[in-house]
Amino acid sequence: MNRLTKNLLLTLGMCALVSLQASAAGKKEKVNPIFDNYFKTPTEAVATPDADGFIRRWNLLEPIGKPNRSNTVFTDSYIREQFAKPYFENQMTIIPEDGQKVKAMVEVQIVDPKAAPVNRFSMEPPKIEQQKATLVWHALDSKLFNVKLFRFADCYYKEHYNAIFWAVTVINCEEDMEVRLAVGSNSASQWWLNGEEVLILSNDRRMVMDDCVSKRITLKKGKNVLRGAVINGPGMSDFCARFLDEAGNPVRNISVSFK
Amino acid sequence: MNRKIYLSAAALMLVSLAAKAQIGQPYIHDPSTIMECDGKYYTFGTGGGGLISEDGWTWKSGAVRPGGGAAPDAIKIGDRYLIAYSATGGGLGGGHSGKVLTMWNKTLDPNSPDFKYTEPIEVAASEYDEDCDAIDAGLLMGPDGRLWLTYGTYFGFIRQVELDPKTGARKEGSEPIDVAIDCEATTMMYRDGWYYLLGTHGTCCDGVNSTYNIVVGRSKSPNGPFIDNMGRDMLRGGGKMVVAAEDRAMGAGHFGRWIDSEGVEKMSFHWEADLDQGGRSVLAIRPIVWKDGWPVAGEMVQAGTYEIESVRRGYALELEVDFPRMNVARMRRGMNPDEVIPPIANMKLEEVIGSWPTGNIDVRANDYMSRPHQKWVLTPCPELGGTLAGPYFKITIAGTDRALAATEGADLTTVPAFTGADEQLWRIDMLTDGTYRIMPKAIPGCSCKETYVLTSIGDSSVSLCKFDFSSDNCKWNLKARK
Repeated sequence: MNRLTKNLLLTLGMCALVSLQASAAGKKEKVNPIFDNYFKTPTEAVATPDADGFIRRWNLLEPIGKPNRSNTVFTDSYIREQFAKPYFENQMTIIPEDGQKVKAMVEVQIVDPKAAPVNRFSMEPPKIEQQKATLVWHALDSKLFNVKLFRFADCYYKEHYNAIFWAVTVINCEEDMEVRLAVGSNSASQWWLNGEEVLILSNDRRMVMDDCVSKRITLKKGKNVLRGAVINGPGMSDFCARFLDEAGNPVRNISVSFK
Repeated sequence: MNRKIYLSAAALMLVSLAAKAQIGQPYIHDPSTIMECDGKYYTFGTGGGGLISEDGWTWKSGAVRPGGGAAPDAIKIGDRYLIAYSATGGGLGGGHSGKVLTMWNKTLDPNSPDFKYTEPIEVAASEYDEDCDAIDAGLLMGPDGRLWLTYGTYFGFIRQVELDPKTGARKEGSEPIDVAIDCEATTMMYRDGWYYLLGTHGTCCDGVNSTYNIVVGRSKSPNGPFIDNMGRDMLRGGGKMVVAAEDRAMGAGHFGRWIDSEGVEKMSFHWEADLDQGGRSVLAIRPIVWKDGWPVAGEMVQAGTYEIESVRRGYALELEVDFPRMNVARMRRGMNPDEVIPPIANMKLEEVIGSWPTGNIDVRANDYMSRPHQKWVLTPCPELGGTLAGPYFKITIAGTDRALAATEGADLTTVPAFTGADEQLWRIDMLTDGTYRIMPKAIPGCSCKETYVLTSIGDSSVSLCKFDFSSDNCKWNLKARK
């Protein structure tokens, strides 16, 4: 990396940090004390993957309501169809700022107290209605190798079941790198690098490190945007993601930021 | 469908059933480790109650476990049985408060005057919003006499505490430690210096669509880290497959280990759905095979024609009859390579059977040459009983009813026709090294307490001798033949 690039990144990082701290300070949301068990508020503008290459820095959007009776409906086609729907403006291009609000269309289940109980594995979709909601992006560092989306929702007193979680992070490289993206997620998820789909994890899935690994992809010199969407019905929800090199070793010579 | 075809189809289904699942009414979910008590076998399931079997093959409901809740486990310590169970059922879409309880009983026979459970003791718990469901108990007594309990579900961590083997209570000072994530129905086992943590992955309770499967990691310490074959910690979702779905059964879950004797081990679990039993959740038992230090489910012996090959020398079990030469011209070197020569058919039974004695014919081992007197048909006889290993088999020469039989004096012969007598029924176990042990249900005139099995007493000579897992004399391979 030449000095100009370094200085540019440093300046951008400082701006990001100032912006991040400013927006964090401006938050009025009440945060659940369990936050400290799972996350920390970033204090540095740029982070690195952890010792095993896991990316812990993410901008997470508060959960988008998406009721499902069970996770068994998450077939490949279902996931593609659902993640292709527009939930909020610029959902496939946004590089959010901490505290940034978006207006989203969410789904809310209509509960009929007189209706007979439904088998939890029923493929019949629940009755829903569309509602407008304002959701907030949160710039966070996970304290764990995995990102506990379920607990993320709890942190902001949001519904932790029946949701789509949107995640964005920025990967910075000093040179072009041929890598693979390795993801584990609970439940299904889809991942895009610089706008291109690179990985899909379908079905009722548990989070296992390196569960699904992409074809060879290129992290280009400079900034790369990694975007993921995780969908979950009932049960725990989380994901872990890292890049692997050709030999299957974790890629650590990258940096991770919010901008 | 006419009656004959219908009966044939029913018979085929019975054979298929016999090869795959225990019979009777083996309907259970989350079976606990199988316990033997006063000659009977017991396993407990979710919701209370459980199954009893006289022989390990035919099961019916009748075991008694109070307390309800989910997924119990059992272990025999001294002359008492310790049962661990959860008072709750876990929360998939709700709270996650749970309790694991233990209780003792001197016997598992509900008809015994000694049958009385002690008051349950709470040994582990989870709060409503904790990253753990305190259900799905699993028990292990380590080689050092320390007693371990694992518990938990997909929701958060699998945890472990140490119990006092005298009281069944949590050992003083033992605090829960995290040992795995993203699995449930865990239990541990110990072998050759390794502690193994087994857990169930996949989707539970979805009948024929359940993707339940059992995985394992191992550690030199009882407390982990439990690492899989790829070096992944089970705290990061790691796990090597032990058993997954088969052609007609889906959703293997809730492992339990049964050690019969050295080299003879079984795993109990449930199929979420047995297609041959209308998709019911049933008890399943498979041999444990150890490959490179990892447990995997062995195969049930399937009906078919086999070469029975000695591990000792590689010779094949055969009738003591004349070696029948095939009357085919020997190929000479220098023959025209373009000359078209038709393939040669295998020797047929009808070419040789007329030369065989009509009475009993003894057996020996010899070079396998694909001759009729070397081809054995294994046929499960579920209607004649079985064991934890599966149904008894009759072993006959292909195309005939001539059956292998144990004889007085612990020896062997073949009888002209299978009668169903105990000495003509064979228990076939896949051993932990993947070879087979073949033992008669009974030996005439012998009330043997030891286990006598088909044994190579020379390279070419066979008899019935006491089973010794350390000796290749007692081991056989089954090679599918046409």
